[in-house]
Amino acid sequence: MTTLTVPRRGFLAGGAAAAAGLTLGFHLPFGGDASAQSVTPEVNAWVVIKPDDTVVVRIARAEMGQGTLTGLAQLVAEELECDWNKVTWEYPTPGENVRRGRVWQNFGTAGSQGIRQSNDYVRKGGAAARMMLVQAAANEWKVPVGECTVAKGVITHAVTGRSTSYGKVAAAASLLTPPPTDSITLKDPKTWTIAGQPLKRLDTPEKLNGRQIYSIDVKLPGMLNAALKICPVFGGKIKNFDVTQIENMPGFKKAVRVGDTGVAVIADTWWRAKTALDALPIEWDEGPNSKVQQADILAAQTEGLTASEAILGSKNGDAHAALASARRTVEAVYAVPHQHHVTMEPMNATALWTPQKCEVWTATQNAEAALATATEVSGLPIDKNEVYRLHLGGGFGRRSSSQDFVRYAILIAKEMPGTPVKTIWSREEDMTHGWYHPATQCRLIAGFDDQDNLNALHMRISGQSILATISPARLQNGRDAATFQGLNPEGPESQLGYTVPNLLIEHAMRNSHVPAGFWRGVNNNQNAIYLECFLDELAHSAKQDPLEFRRKLMANHPKHRAVLDAVAEKVGWGTPPPAGVYRGLAQQMGFGSYVAACAEVSVSDAGILKIHRIVAATDCGHAVNPQQIAAQVEGSFVYGLTAALYGEITIANGRVEQENFDTYQMLRMDEMFDVETIIMPSGGFWGGVGEPTIFVAAPAVLNAVFAATGIRVRQVPLSKTSLKKA
Amino acid sequence: MTRLSINDVVYDLDVEPETPLLWVIREQVGLTGTKYGCGVAQCGACTVHIDGVATRSCAIPVSTVTEQQKIVTIEGLSPDLAHPVQKAWLELDVPQCGYCQSGQIMAATALLNANPRPTEQQIREEMTNICRCGTYNRIKAAIQLASNTMAG
Repeated sequence: MTTLTVPRRGFLAGGAAAAAGLTLGFHLPFGGDASAQSVTPEVNAWVVIKPDDTVVVRIARAEMGQGTLTGLAQLVAEELECDWNKVTWEYPTPGENVRRGRVWQNFGTAGSQGIRQSNDYVRKGGAAARMMLVQAAANEWKVPVGECTVAKGVITHAVTGRSTSYGKVAAAASLLTPPPTDSITLKDPKTWTIAGQPLKRLDTPEKLNGRQIYSIDVKLPGMLNAALKICPVFGGKIKNFDVTQIENMPGFKKAVRVGDTGVAVIADTWWRAKTALDALPIEWDEGPNSKVQQADILAAQTEGLTASEAILGSKNGDAHAALASARRTVEAVYAVPHQHHVTMEPMNATALWTPQKCEVWTATQNAEAALATATEVSGLPIDKNEVYRLHLGGGFGRRSSSQDFVRYAILIAKEMPGTPVKTIWSREEDMTHGWYHPATQCRLIAGFDDQDNLNALHMRISGQSILATISPARLQNGRDAATFQGLNPEGPESQLGYTVPNLLIEHAMRNSHVPAGFWRGVNNNQNAIYLECFLDELAHSAKQDPLEFRRKLMANHPKHRAVLDAVAEKVGWGTPPPAGVYRGLAQQMGFGSYVAACAEVSVSDAGILKIHRIVAATDCGHAVNPQQIAAQVEGSFVYGLTAALYGEITIANGRVEQENFDTYQMLRMDEMFDVETIIMPSGGFWGGVGEPTIFVAAPAVLNAVFAATGIRVRQVPLSKTSLKKA
Repeated sequence: MTRLSINDVVYDLDVEPETPLLWVIREQVGLTGTKYGCGVAQCGACTVHIDGVATRSCAIPVSTVTEQQKIVTIEGLSPDLAHPVQKAWLELDVPQCGYCQSGQIMAATALLNANPRPTEQQIREEMTNICRCGTYNRIKAAIQLASNTMAG
C-alpha cells in the first residue's frame, strides 16, 4: 500500500490519478490520441486511418447519450467498407471547422437532427475515402482500379493475388484528389451490414470505470475553480457584494462580477469557491420582475384562451361556422407548466483567457454556437478562440437553448488572465437559471354533425413562445412557427395525422419573463397532450372506440395510422387487458418520424397509479442502430412521464421555486414499467429518434388513466389531481 | 491532515473537516469518476463504497470518515472492466450519457454483495439512483445478468 501526501491545492500530475490508471492529458485539437493523430494524415475530413489499420471517424455532432456518435460512425464505416472492430472516433473542433470552410458543416445537435440531417454527406465522406484508398492501392500495383475489391479494410486484386490493408495505403490515399461528389454512389440501405445493425455503442467502456472525461472533470495545469450566482429573479442585476466577509476563507482567490447580472467566487477548489460564495453578502437589484407570481403567468394564459386576436397556425374549411351549426359540441381546456431539463451534469465550462487567445472546454449541443459566444465575450477575433468538446452528461435541449455556461465561464476567466478557470453551476443555480419548457394552455372546441362525425375543431393555444425568448429574429411577423409542431397541415417534419373538415389552430402568444427553451420533444409535447387527450374525450363522448375514432380521421395519413395500428395489434387492442388494467392510446408525428404508444395502467382505490407496460412504435424511415433506437424509446418514456407525473416549475416573486431533486421529483426505477418497442422503418425518408416518443408518453398514460378511473386529467403534472376513488 | 484510504491507497489530505467526501475525492484526490449531481443525497451520482456499503458521498463530511474505513470509488472497482457488474453493463450496453452510471454501478455492486440473488422487486426498491436518460430497464436487466454470473 502506498501513502500519498496531497498538496493543499491542485491535483497530482501522475499521482493519484495515475495510480487509478487515468490519463490526465487533453486531446487537442481532436478527441483521439493527439500524438498519433498528428503524424497520420487524414484521408479526408471524415476519415483518418492509422498505420495499424485503426479507423478514426470524425464526429461533428454531439454525443449526449442519444447514440448519435455510434450511429454516425456506422454510416461512415458502412460506406468506407472498413472493419467495424477497428473503428474509433474523435471530435473536430468548431475552430477547425471555421478554418476549413465548414468542411464538417453543422455541429448543432438538437431537433433529433444529428443523423437524419447529416446522413447523406457523412456517408459520402466514407464512400469518398474508400474510393481514394482503393485508388491508392491500384496505383501502387499499377492495375485498373475496377479490378480491385475491398472488404473489411482489406483491398484485393484477385487477378494478381495481391492484397493490402487500408493502413498501408492511407498515406498515399491522402495525397489523391477526392472524387467529385456527384461520382459517389451510396449503397442501397437494404444491403447495409454495419449500418442498420444493433451494434454496441463505441463509447460505453469508459463510462463503466470512471475514465470518461465529462466537461465537469476537466483538469488543466494551474486551474482554479469558480462558483457563481446569477440574480435569482430573471432580468435582475447585481448591485453589491462584500468581499471582506470572505477573503480570508480557505482557498479564496477573488470575487468578481459576472456581467451585470451575477457574482462569482474563484478559489483553488470548487467546494471552497462555493462555500465562500454561500457566505458572501450579496445585494441584488431584482427589478420589476420580482413582483411576478405564478398566478399572473396563468392569468395571462387564461386571458389568451378567449382573446379576440390570435396568430393563425393553420386552417381549412370554416371552423367557426361549423361549430355554430354543430349538432353538439365538446369543449375542454388543458394546461402544461414549465419544465426544467435537469441534465445530470450541471452546467459548467472551463475557460482560459489571455489578451491573445480564448480557449474553452465544455459540453455543448452546439459547439459552433459556443465558439460564436466565445468570440463575442472574449473580445478577440474568431480565429483567436477555440472550443474543445467533451461528452455531455445529458443535453435534452438545455445545452442548445443557450451557451450561457460558456459566456459566464469566459467572463469569469477574463478576471484571471492566463489562468484556466472552471466554472461549475451548483444544482440549485442550474435549476433556477434554466431555459424552461414553455408553459401553455389550450382551449379545444369540437363540433359533431348529424351523423355524429367530427366536423369541426378549434384549437386555441395560449402561452409562451420559445423563439420569442431564444431567437426573436426567427419570428415571422410575430408568428412562432414552432408553436404548431405536430399540427402542421403538411410537410415532412411535423404533420398533423388527422383530417377534420373544418379546422382552425391558433396561438395567442403570452410571454412572461421566464426564459423558454428547447426541451426535449419541444412543442410537440404539449400539442400531443392537447390533441390526443381531447380526441380521447371526443371518442368517449361519441361512444366510439378511441382507436376506431382516430382511424376514421386518418385515411389521408397512412404512415401515422400504420404506427398506431402496430401498437394496437401488439398490445392486443380489442381483447380484454388483464383484470384491473386499462389502456390508452396516442400517436403523433414530429422531427420527421411517426410514433405511437399504448399504455397499460392500473389505479388503486387509494389513487395510486401503476404503469405496467407501454407498447411503442416508431417509423423513422431508416433505422441506423435498432438497439439504440429502443434505448431512446425507453428513455423517452422516462423523460416524458417524469414531466407528466411530477414535473412543474413554478414562479414566486419572479424566481423559480424548485431548486433541487427534493422539490423537483424524478421517476425512478421503482416506478419503471416494461417497454416493448416496435421499430418499423418504412424507408424513403430520414426521421429523428431522440425525441419523438416523448410526445406520446403523457397522452397515452393520461388516456389510460381516464379508462381506469373516469377522471380526465387536463392539467400536467398528474400529481396535482387526486385519482382516489370517490 | 485528514487521512483516507481510497482504492487501497492512503492519502494525507489538507481539507476543511466539513468538506463533503465527494469533493475531496474529486478535487483533492483527483478521481473524477465519482460525480456531482445534486449535493443533497438525492440522485446517487456520487455513490461510493465505504466498507462495502453504498454511500452518497456528496452529503457526508470528510471528518466523519476514518482512516480505517475502506473507500472504493468506480476507479477502484476494476479499471479493466473485469468486475461482473461492469461486464453485464457492457454486455447490455446500459449507459446513454453515462454521467449517472458510476453511481449506478457502485449501488448495484453493493446491492449484489449484500444480496447476491435479489428479486426483481428488491432491485426496484434498492436502486434509487436517478438516471435522466432513463436506462432503468437496462440497469435492472444488467443487475440480474450480473447476479446470475456471480452466483453461477
